[in-house]
Amino acid sequence: MPQEFKRQYKEILEQYTLRQTEHNLYEGQNFSKQLIQKNISPEEVISIHKASLEEIIPDLPEDVSHSFDLLIEVMIRYGLALKEHQTLIKKQENIKMEMELAANVQQTLLKTKVPEMSGLDIGMISVPVKEMNGDYAHFLSDETSVGIAVADVIGKGIPAALCMSMIKYGMDSLSGAKTDPIIVLDVVNRIVEKSVSDSMFISMFYGRYETTESMFTYASAGHEPPLFYSAKNNEFTELQAKGLLLGVIPNVKYEQHSIVLEKGDFIVIMTDGVTECRSKEGFIEQKKVMEIIESVKEESAQSMVEYVFHKLEELQDFEQRDDFTLVIFKKM
Amino acid sequence: MNISVELVEDNLQVKAVLKGEIDAFTAPILREKLADIQLRENLQIELDLVGVSYMDSTGLGVFVGFYKSVIASNSHMKLTGLSSRLKRLFDITGLGEIMDIQAMSEEVKIDETV
Repeated sequence: MPQEFKRQYKEILEQYTLRQTEHNLYEGQNFSKQLIQKNISPEEVISIHKASLEEIIPDLPEDVSHSFDLLIEVMIRYGLALKEHQTLIKKQENIKMEMELAANVQQTLLKTKVPEMSGLDIGMISVPVKEMNGDYAHFLSDETSVGIAVADVIGKGIPAALCMSMIKYGMDSLSGAKTDPIIVLDVVNRIVEKSVSDSMFISMFYGRYETTESMFTYASAGHEPPLFYSAKNNEFTELQAKGLLLGVIPNVKYEQHSIVLEKGDFIVIMTDGVTECRSKEGFIEQKKVMEIIESVKEESAQSMVEYVFHKLEELQDFEQRDDFTLVIFKKM
Repeated sequence: MNISVELVEDNLQVKAVLKGEIDAFTAPILREKLADIQLRENLQIELDLVGVSYMDSTGLGVFVGFYKSVIASNSHMKLTGLSSRLKRLFDITGLGEIMDIQAMSEEVKIDETV
């Protein structure tokens, strides 16, 4: 321990042996903060206590003096535990930094560009709850068609993020935006099934919109059904399509359906971070979500998704529990 | 948030009664408890979910993992007493098609609005 600390400690101790006041005790408390900052171990503190005491009280009984040697021995383990704790904190900081880097890599790797299509307004929002997003949205497009994949990987964090690269890999191996949704799901399922651990799986929705016929064709692998809003009837319906989650068994039959969009109609594709929102009073019902969406149906698709996110965030007291992804396709 | 699992084993029959919420925090506990079941040929396992008030996708993951090992060991697994919310989760994910699932019968249906 540096001389400066020794001097300070002796002074505090001297004061306290003279007068046992709250103030003098408090001095000791403040001093310990400095000691911790300078990584001074408990046994060192005791040896300085012993030395100071011997100087302050020259005729200190020898057995009292000896007793400190025992105490020093007893405290050595505490000193080691403290060191270990400090190493762990440092390690944790490193891991955190690596996580941030990995999250950046993930974002770059999985970046998707919302395509611009004539006659179709597209909005997208995807907000992770931790550094790594367990939700994934990816667009494929050419002049007349746009494909949208929305997936939710069960199992969060790093394993989920790695899993997502598999979906991207599967989709990149396809022959473009015109591929049938059931083919997309089948290809990705085969890749995922071979590679993931037993309790990991993915729900995924794939839809393709063709501008020439204003037709939306879709299939689902165990994903939350999207909502279809018909402007003419002013009502929402669920776009149901049967199909098992990706990664459970290799051969799955998916259903494929189509729907034609009229002007003002829109499709809302989401993950269960949207439908599993819970407020203090319980689940936020699907009806509530529909009401929120309907209240902004005249806005642009991008304003709509942003509004829904903020509104649901508010209803949950700004405590997001799950990754949140929302995509809207709106026919203009 | 809590989960309790009570296991009753009798020869080739196992019944596990689950109570509580299954989410990211409790799923590891459930997974461990289920791993205690000694899977073997022709074992009939019933998982009673009447007391499960909430389950998220992490919970589903536990059942998928368990289902896979059940199939691999030639045992059989049945889920019983699912609330309509839970039933919907299994239906949406397509798991309802491959697993043996019995929803809660109408007369014992508990209030789910809480």
